[in-house]
Amino acid sequence: MANHVLAFAESRGGALRKVAFEAATAARVLADAAGGEVHAVVAGAPGIAGEAEALGRYGADAVAVVEHPAFANYNAEALSALVAERVKSGGYRAVVFVASAQGKDLAPRVAARLGVPLAADLTTVKLEGDTVVGSHPVNTGKVIATVALVAVPAVVSLRPGAVTAAEQPRSARLESAAPVGDPAASRVRVTETIAGNTAKLDLGDAPVIVSGGRGLKAAENFKLVEELAAAFGNAAVGATRAVTDDGWRPHSDQIGQTGRQVSPNLYVAVGISGAIQHLAGMRTSKTIVAINKDREAPIFKIADYGIVGDVLEVVPALTAAVREAKGSH
Amino acid sequence: MKIAVCIKRVPEMDVRFKIAPGGMGVDETGLKWDMSDFDGYAVEAALQMTEKLGTGEVVVISLGPDAAQETLRKALSMGATRAVHLKADRIPFDNFAIAKALAAELQGGGYDLILFGKMAIDSSNGAVGPMTAELLGVPCVTAVSRLEVANGKGNARRELEGAAELVEFPLPAAVTIDEGVARPRYPSLKGIMAAKKKPLEVKPAQLGDVRLTVTTMALPPERPAGRIIGEGVAAVPELIRLLQTEAKVL
Repeated sequence: MANHVLAFAESRGGALRKVAFEAATAARVLADAAGGEVHAVVAGAPGIAGEAEALGRYGADAVAVVEHPAFANYNAEALSALVAERVKSGGYRAVVFVASAQGKDLAPRVAARLGVPLAADLTTVKLEGDTVVGSHPVNTGKVIATVALVAVPAVVSLRPGAVTAAEQPRSARLESAAPVGDPAASRVRVTETIAGNTAKLDLGDAPVIVSGGRGLKAAENFKLVEELAAAFGNAAVGATRAVTDDGWRPHSDQIGQTGRQVSPNLYVAVGISGAIQHLAGMRTSKTIVAINKDREAPIFKIADYGIVGDVLEVVPALTAAVREAKGSH
Repeated sequence: MKIAVCIKRVPEMDVRFKIAPGGMGVDETGLKWDMSDFDGYAVEAALQMTEKLGTGEVVVISLGPDAAQETLRKALSMGATRAVHLKADRIPFDNFAIAKALAAELQGGGYDLILFGKMAIDSSNGAVGPMTAELLGVPCVTAVSRLEVANGKGNARRELEGAAELVEFPLPAAVTIDEGVARPRYPSLKGIMAAKKKPLEVKPAQLGDVRLTVTTMALPPERPAGRIIGEGVAAVPELIRLLQTEAKVL
């Protein structure tokens, strides 16, 4: 009975997020090992049902859709009640979240409601006999812990981007489900949402991140970073703590030990010296490019490709070259 | 206003960690220890709230071996009123076991507000706060960068991915603190002296079953050594070539 795996499919603004497919992909791996099915659950404002079928492409055998106006924004209390109740009634072997901002908030609540621990922020996950085994970076990524979880259900969250969403098409059974309790009755009420750069890619979703530091010398020079990001076309803009502390960029753009931890395919560090607090947030990027005037800057110790030079000269030239390279494809 | 702050003693992070023989943990030789970063912000936020109100109590709670008392004394020297040490041989990795022990202590304590750092900087799970809130049945707001309480209600700003939201919630509540709330103060000499006389109660931690464990620890694979490919604008064509042909990201 308890062989099925539940994947929480995150949505925002009426659309599934990339992490929803990562959750489905990871759930597929666990379900195949357990000999069960993948069931996804997605909640949103009326209309979210149109998104459900896409989860079948990433390995979901069934998708439960819960539509309610009070799910238009992230609603922690109603979602944790809903997901925990589905897990209890369905007898699941495991529950998979992605540790995005939503997932970090939601997964521990659901685990506590189920009376089990949470194996959080895993970079790998597998089922070995009775145990779910995963890797989890600790001590700001300087040490990798292998963790073992023996609880049933095994509740896990995966680091965003750690699992590559893989298409494994199935025609998912769609089920319309009811919320648990009244989703509009949550005790925590959102009074205002302050949009950041909603038109732009989120740091967690972007395959390329162009990030700027104090080496840019002045807030107005940050436009060079934005222009380079625009030239890549699939890039988000990040910043160091020094830059967000100075108010050049919003706090939410900060990459580092106390900010966002990212692992894009390409990370371009512009005028960033590479303090360990910053490296803790980006050292797992697949390819790192650094441009800095100081040849001794620590960023060059981990940069796959370093250019020593004035960012105010090099970056515009790189932007033009990237534009040309993109145009020629 | 009665505020509890749950804090953890962790190693300082600006070192090169070594793995202990046996591979089960980090070699603790020579490590320095302190209050986890975000917990420091939480203590500071609690102190500022009671100072602003001119009344109230800040109770700091820490689970772990005897050394946890160092961290509790630091919070007392910053200005916390009293401390509770939930004694355990070691801090388990099982976040639900910890949440159960904390909830058992907090239950019936009459707290208006229960604060946590948004995550411990060593184990990096960020689960104990929301789990404890669920066990206590109180509203929970995570990753808060601004917090105000008045008239039985809390108002907070949460940092999301590329956005923020303002929320309102009734007290009692649990809140996990991101940086930005307030920089933790340094204990004054007077504070350090006063802390020695403040009450620190020791109780056994009621951990229950431990079902989530660390089996091994290892250092991450080293990145290949960095490579400087050239200087100035002249290096740009070579960078483009490498991004296209070697890294295949362009």
